[in-house]
Order: sequence, then structure tokens, then C-alpha cells
Amino acid sequence: MHALANPRRFLSIAVPVTTWFFWGGIALILLGCWAGLFVAPADYLQGESFRILYIHVPAAWLGMGGWSGLTAAAIAQLVWRHPLAAVAGRATAVPGAVFTAICLASGSIWGRPTWGTWWEWDGRMTSMLLLLFLYLGYIALGRSSADRAETGGVSRVTAIYALVGALNLPVIHYSVVWWNSLHQGRSITLTSSSIDSSMLWPLGLTVLGFTFWFVAIVLLRMRAILAENRIEARLRRMSRG
Amino acid sequence: MVAIASRRQGPKRKHQRLVLVLLALAALIGGVLLAMSALRDQAAYFYTPAEAKAAHIEPGKAVRLGGMVALGSLKRGANGVTISFDLTDGKGTVPATFSGITPDLFKEGSGAIAEGAFDADGTFRATNILAKHDERYMPREMEGIQYDPETHKVKADQP
Repeated sequence: MHALANPRRFLSIAVPVTTWFFWGGIALILLGCWAGLFVAPADYLQGESFRILYIHVPAAWLGMGGWSGLTAAAIAQLVWRHPLAAVAGRATAVPGAVFTAICLASGSIWGRPTWGTWWEWDGRMTSMLLLLFLYLGYIALGRSSADRAETGGVSRVTAIYALVGALNLPVIHYSVVWWNSLHQGRSITLTSSSIDSSMLWPLGLTVLGFTFWFVAIVLLRMRAILAENRIEARLRRMSRG
Repeated sequence: MVAIASRRQGPKRKHQRLVLVLLALAALIGGVLLAMSALRDQAAYFYTPAEAKAAHIEPGKAVRLGGMVALGSLKRGANGVTISFDLTDGKGTVPATFSGITPDLFKEGSGAIAEGAFDADGTFRATNILAKHDERYMPREMEGIQYDPETHKVKADQP
């Protein structure tokens, strides 16, 4: 992992990976959305409105996956003082927050015709809203507490905050198991799925596509932060004469 | 500068930090589990009929009651807007009434959550009804096919 600590070596891998993941992700998203809208059959009970699933599930997965990434970056930052970990944390927070917001909005739009309500304070929805607020807190804290090493990453306090916030992840996951909730239980487990296979395969495409795209956006943001650092270093050198 | 910093980052300190982070995480997880087990009853979104009976909820207290709408129990009143139905969870059944528009997915054999309060005679007077969707997604052609929530297997319906 420390081989990547050198920004130049990191960039030599990150630049081609970004391109492939970005365009590959968009292709998979378009294919999955087309299949989800036109190929998959309508649901026996919900009719056409179930199709929001193809956006809602990837958004939920990336909202939670984004915080898992923040947690991994925080551990790498706190334990190994990995210079790129703090940068990765800062780069992941905003996309993670956006996908969490998409998850909440799409769920709300689906909930109105299905459940008969835009919003209810049930365990799953409340814990997911908490995740959004945790992201906003992370972004604010990361901006206000400056990183001493000036690597452009988040401070150690922010990393510790990410570790504490990770405790919400199992709560989101098990909220439909622990408590009676309005949100349905898990449709997909490791071994089986209660979504019919004719409706499931486009979901696989959009989940994979959005994940690739998410990784590409995080890499782009990391590259932007590293480029900013180089500009600042150069300006400092020039001002010294 | 760099040399001094790297000398301070010996493997021993890394090890110490790793242990510290793991200990802190273990303590935090323990705290959250304690909080969740304390919340277990309070954070539930609704009572099931059997739970409501066991909890002896006083009449007039606003609660949510969730269960399946019992097959054959849904009846429409003479005025066309009042309906009556039984909510069941297999262990207990509660008769309920409601006046108003129900969600599209509200029907017999489906899950529903009623907001309202118990009457003095044990009938649940609902002021709002939410339909609960289960985790099944299947095409229309497969309607009527039986689904086993334990094994996630589907098999053809035998009438």
C-alpha cells in the first residue's frame, strides 16, 4: 500500500483507471436503465413504479459504501499515517452525501404511491437520514479543521469522526430486522433473492455501473486535490524567489 | 525534517496506534449495541396485533398497528367511504375501521399499517392507513404463484 504513497506513482495508475471506470460506468448505467425501463416486466403489485428500484438500490449501496470507504481511509490515516488516505477521505465525502440524498429522494417518491406517504419516521428511513447528516458533518468538519501537513486531506479529528459515524452502518443494515418497520426487509441475501430474475439482472448492471462511476469520481476528485497541492507548492516556491 | 518524522514513525508506534484504534472501535460498538438493545421496544414503528394485546394499550392512546389484512374480512360500509377489516399477525387479530382513501396496495392478504387508537370495545379506529410492501418483486404473469419467505422458493398455487 505504501508504494502508492508517492503521488506520481499513484497518478500513473489512477489516470487510466479513471478513464475506464468513468466511461465503463456510464455505459453500464445506460444499459441497465434501458433494460430496467423497457425490458424488465412490470411488478404484479406495484406496476411500473417499482422501476425506481434501479436507481434507489445503487444509491443506497453507494451512500453506505461511501462511508465504508471513509472508515477504511480513516483507519489508514490514523494507524499508518498514509498521506493519500486523508485525501481519499476528503474526495469521497461529497459523492457519498449526494448518493445518500438520491436514495432518500427516490425512496420518498416511491413511497407516496406504494405506502401512501412521502415520509415516515421508521427505523430504516431515520437511520438513512442520519447518514446524510453524518456526511454533512464530515464535510463541514473536514473543511474547518485544517490538516497540519497541508496535504489537502482531512484532519485526524475528522478521521476519528468517520470511525464513530461508521457505527450507523450496521444500524441501517439491521434496522428492518431489529424493529418492526414500514420499509420492507432485505430482498437480496448472499445466496438468494426474492426479486424475480427477469427484474434482477438490470439491477446488477446499474449497481455495477454506478459503483464504477463512483470510484471514477472519487479518483477525479483526488487528482484535483493533488493538482491543487502542486500549484500551491509552486506558488510558495515562487514567492520565496 | 523528513528524516526526523520518519524516525518517529517506527513500527512500534504504528502497532500502538493500531491497537488503540481497535480498542476504541470495540468500545464504541459495545456502546451502540447496548443503546440498540435498550431501544429495541421503543424504536419499533408499529405494534403487531399480538403485541398490542400483550401491551394492554389503553383506549384512546395514539398508536400504530401493523399486520396482514385478513382474507375475506374487508367490507365497505353503506356510505362508500367507511371500511372495516381485520388486522392479523397469525397470533392475534384486531378488528379495525377506517373512513377515507386507502393506498392502491391496500387489499386483503397484504400487509398494512393503521394509525389510530383503540376503542373502548377493542375495535381499532384508524385515522390513516399505510400499505406495507414486502420484499417480493415479480412479473404480473407470476401472480398467484406461492412464495415461501423462508426458502425464497416459489411454487405454483394449488387451490
